[in-house]
Amino acid sequence: MFLHRLTAHQAIDLIRKKQITVSEIVQDIFRRIEQVDGLIKAFLTLNKEEALRQAEEFDEKIKKGEEIPPCAGIAIAVKDIIVTKGIETTCGSKILKGFISPYNATVIEKLREAGAIIIGKTNLDEFAMGSSTENSAYQVTKNPWDLSRVPGGSSGGSAAAVAADETLVALGTDTGGSVRQPASFCGVVGLKPTYGRVSRYGLIAYASSLDQIGVITKDVIDCALLMNIISGSDAQDSTSLDIEVPNFLNYCQGGIENIKIGIPREYFEEEMDEEVKEAFQRSLLVLKGLGAIIEEVSLPHTVYALPAYYLIANAEASSNLARYNGIQYGYRSEDFQNLFDLYCKTRSEGLGQEVKRRILLGTYALSSGYYQAYYLKAQKVRTLIREDFNQVFKKVDLLLTPTSPTPAFRLGEKTSNPLMMYLSDIFTLPVNLAGLPALSLNCGYSQKNLPIGLQIIGKSFEEGTILKLAYTFEQHNRIEKRKLQIEGVNEQEEG
Amino acid sequence: MVQEKISQQEIEYIAKLARLELTVEEKKEYTRQLSSILDYFQKLSELNTENIKPTTYIVSKSNRYNEDQVRDSLSQKEVRALSPFIEGGYFKVPKILE
Repeated sequence: MFLHRLTAHQAIDLIRKKQITVSEIVQDIFRRIEQVDGLIKAFLTLNKEEALRQAEEFDEKIKKGEEIPPCAGIAIAVKDIIVTKGIETTCGSKILKGFISPYNATVIEKLREAGAIIIGKTNLDEFAMGSSTENSAYQVTKNPWDLSRVPGGSSGGSAAAVAADETLVALGTDTGGSVRQPASFCGVVGLKPTYGRVSRYGLIAYASSLDQIGVITKDVIDCALLMNIISGSDAQDSTSLDIEVPNFLNYCQGGIENIKIGIPREYFEEEMDEEVKEAFQRSLLVLKGLGAIIEEVSLPHTVYALPAYYLIANAEASSNLARYNGIQYGYRSEDFQNLFDLYCKTRSEGLGQEVKRRILLGTYALSSGYYQAYYLKAQKVRTLIREDFNQVFKKVDLLLTPTSPTPAFRLGEKTSNPLMMYLSDIFTLPVNLAGLPALSLNCGYSQKNLPIGLQIIGKSFEEGTILKLAYTFEQHNRIEKRKLQIEGVNEQEEG
Repeated sequence: MVQEKISQQEIEYIAKLARLELTVEEKKEYTRQLSSILDYFQKLSELNTENIKPTTYIVSKSNRYNEDQVRDSLSQKEVRALSPFIEGGYFKVPKILE
């Protein structure tokens, strides 16, 4: 049996029916990692010993007829920017090499309580700054669908691990599209919840007014399952909101007749791959056939989202990353003259090119003389972008767009041109500026067999409506479903 | 109107503010790249935002208060484990007063 190919909800079901044990599934996942991760390079750290021990403990309890947590046996991979007690957290940066957090992020506590088993920590663009996972100080993750291409980013390790069946589910983080864009490139499901829905305590900060923890899964039900576990207000995160958390699994059923879907005209004025356009149009036909009402809408300030986003995100990053100074934790330069020199050398040696670029840009935007023209201006434009969404959501229930203008691009294709790289997030980042929830799921493939993603954007705290549409679409778009064949891996002979 | 390009002197000044030490090549590269990025960002000046309020946070509630309760915090032992540069319960840094 190929247990690693299961979804989390299938695995839980089989465990409950005693058809498989937790250990069998965890062992099979580590066998799979051993088989393919040399090619994919999704993981930075594996948590094998503890994972196997936890699995045995659950199996022991099952054998004795004792109660086990509701989701016991969900194998989860965690983006290496969410702190895990006792397991190294590097943020893909040299400056945090060897950093072991003395506490768990709230999402980790919640997952452990529900019975999830942490398989390991996944690769990312350093401090989540990037769209291809090429900015990691440690390794470059490959797209399982084509090893010469990027998995997207910054949660590229998590998305590639889920796509290559190296874990059942994964956590990512999304500041400007970092869950949705890699989910799209790797052909899996990625949900960025509403800002305030999920506690960010223990998520190492990049841009605090935009960052959100999200989930990456093989199907929509798993997405709902994980959202049930990680959602909710937390006293440790003052930006998490005390808003009732529904049972998201209840939304995983049909019934999208008369649901109103808006298609923002401005998204199609940007440069877009023809195959992405075609896949999008085909998806609309599927949804129309199911009774959805599709109408064109306008988000007039879309074109300003990218500059506003990068000014705000980088300004916040320059402030958040000031804490890496070599004093209390992390890397410290060995060669310095005085305290100022220690700060400068530590940061210059410990941080990568893209991180430095963003710190410089952010510092510039906040510096005397430019604050009004750049940072304040960007915040005002952010208001206009939010207003755009508020207006259209008076008329429609959901918005639908492609997740990214292209399928996965080649490794190295955009590394020398930062602006080109930034443009690959053009469809995802307006959502973060407005704090809205959005999901990406596969809607087709290019001729080169690369997955194409569909983005569903919802109203604040209405992840349920998004899940309903995503679930229904997933059920009716089955014709397209292709099986992954990793280059150089014999999928038949594996254990 | 904001100025269009950034000079290498400005990059050097900004790097100092950000506590970064740049090599000669980095200074050149960042001057070029940031200039073209800022050039693209000029787009924002097309918009008249005079009467628009800025959005700092999406969440409208600005403060959230917790009960004033005594709770356990991290032990000194746990925090000490984070750095090899600790002596007698203090972080070691270079001399700051002459």
